[in-house]
Order: sequence, then structure tokens, then C-alpha cells
Amino acid sequence: MGNVLVWLVWFVAAAACLGTGMAVVTMTNPFFSALALIGNLASLAVLFLLLSAEFLAAAQVLVYAGAVMVMFLFVVAYLGGRADAPWAGGHRLVRGAAVVAAAALLTEIVVVLGLAWGDNLTDPAEISDSFGDPAQIGQAFLTDHLLAFEITSIVLLVAAVGGVVLGTTPEKEEETA
Amino acid sequence: MDGPDVGWYLIVAAILFGIGALGVMLRRSPLIVLLSLEIMLNAANLTLVAFARQQGNLDGQIFALAVMAVAAAEVAIGLGLIVAMARRRVPLDVDQASALRG
Repeated sequence: MGNVLVWLVWFVAAAACLGTGMAVVTMTNPFFSALALIGNLASLAVLFLLLSAEFLAAAQVLVYAGAVMVMFLFVVAYLGGRADAPWAGGHRLVRGAAVVAAAALLTEIVVVLGLAWGDNLTDPAEISDSFGDPAQIGQAFLTDHLLAFEITSIVLLVAAVGGVVLGTTPEKEEETA
Repeated sequence: MDGPDVGWYLIVAAILFGIGALGVMLRRSPLIVLLSLEIMLNAANLTLVAFARQQGNLDGQIFALAVMAVAAAEVAIGLGLIVAMARRRVPLDVDQASALRG
């Protein structure tokens, strides 16, 4: 019975994930696109929970759906009406080529998955209950992956400084703007 | 494992990646292109987490966390660029902003 429930939760989360993903791409108003992306990130967090990645699901909701999307909505609000860029056409051939390229990419991934499905993807490893909880993630981060952890902090620092540099306008350019 | 096999999660991730790629190639508003990029990054994250579960190895989840940090950095820089474009009255259209000059 628990099995059916897990399937049900998976199906709802996956459908919400794909639906909101399509909404992000098709909406003309970036505000609604950003809201749809928040729904997308939340349903992905549910999928992460089903894959027993508890810490990652929490980080997804807090960092992504919280902090990053708030920043996004601030920029949409700052730009106001100018952010409303509709589809704005483009050449019909270019649009057709984009659809074909995306479809080709999707087919490629699905074919590779189908080839690997056999025995590689049907028998998952046995895991303990503590798999993916904050203690284990912290343990892995501060022992095996310490270098990656430190490099990540440097990347974030560089991005923060870069954001400030991009955000400040020298006085000379202020006049011409 | 109760519920769907890992392969089903990978299918969802593949379709999500396709949707994101479509958005990046089709849309011309830099904001929406950035949002579609986020979808692609998250599809890759779902794949990493699914394989971490399949192999019973935590390294995939660590990698996914690193991807999230890089995505946050990318959004900060991308939004900074968009705001700078808006300040200089450059049209918010990735097709018209083809020359990387101030």
C-alpha cells in the first residue's frame, strides 16, 4: 500500500514539475515565469525527498525557491514594464530549428536511458536511513570534498563582488545614460 | 525501493532538460533565458541525485549542492548584467545585444 502512495506522490510531483517547467518557458510575463519556476523548484524538492536526499530538498527550498527567486523577483520589479518581452518572433526558420534541436536533444537522452535501462537502473543499492541527512552531507563535505567546499565559497565571493561591480555605475556613464 | 525505479526520475529529468533547452533557444527576453537555464541546471541536479540514490553513494548529492552554489552565483551575475543593460537603455532582447561593447 505504501508503494502505491509513493507512486502517487511521484506522479503528482513529476507532473507539477513538467507543467510548471512548460509554464516558465511559455509565459510572456516574466513575473509569472518566475512564480512558475518557484513551483518547479518546490516540486523538484519533493522528488529529492523521494530519492532520500533530505538535506538537498531543504537547501533547494531555502536557497533556491527562497533566496535566489526573491532576487529574481526584485529585478523583475525594478525593470517593470520593460521586462515584458513577449515572444518577439525571430525568424520562423530559427524558431523551427530551435524546436527541432530541443526535440533531438530529448530523443538522444531518452534513447541512451532506454539502452541503459536493463539491469543498471532497476536494482538500486541498499541504503541506511541516514543516507542524505545533514550529518552525512556535512561529514562528506568536510572530509572527502573539503577542496570543493572551499572553492565553492570562493566562487560565491567572486560572484558577490562581481554583482556589486556590475551594479555600480561610474559617474561619467551616468550622464550619457 | 518503494515506488518508481530511478529510471523514471531520469526520464523526468530528461524532459525537463529539453524544456529548458527549448526556452533558452526560443525566448529572447534575457530574464526568461536565465530562468530556462535554471530549469536545465535543476534537471541535471535531479539526474545527479537519482544516480546517487541508485549507487548508494553520497558524492552525487555533494555535486548537486555545488551545482546549486554555482547556479546562485550565475543568477547574481546574470541579473547584474540585465540591470546594467537596462540602465544603458540597451533593449532587453538577446538578439539585439549581440555586440559585447559598452
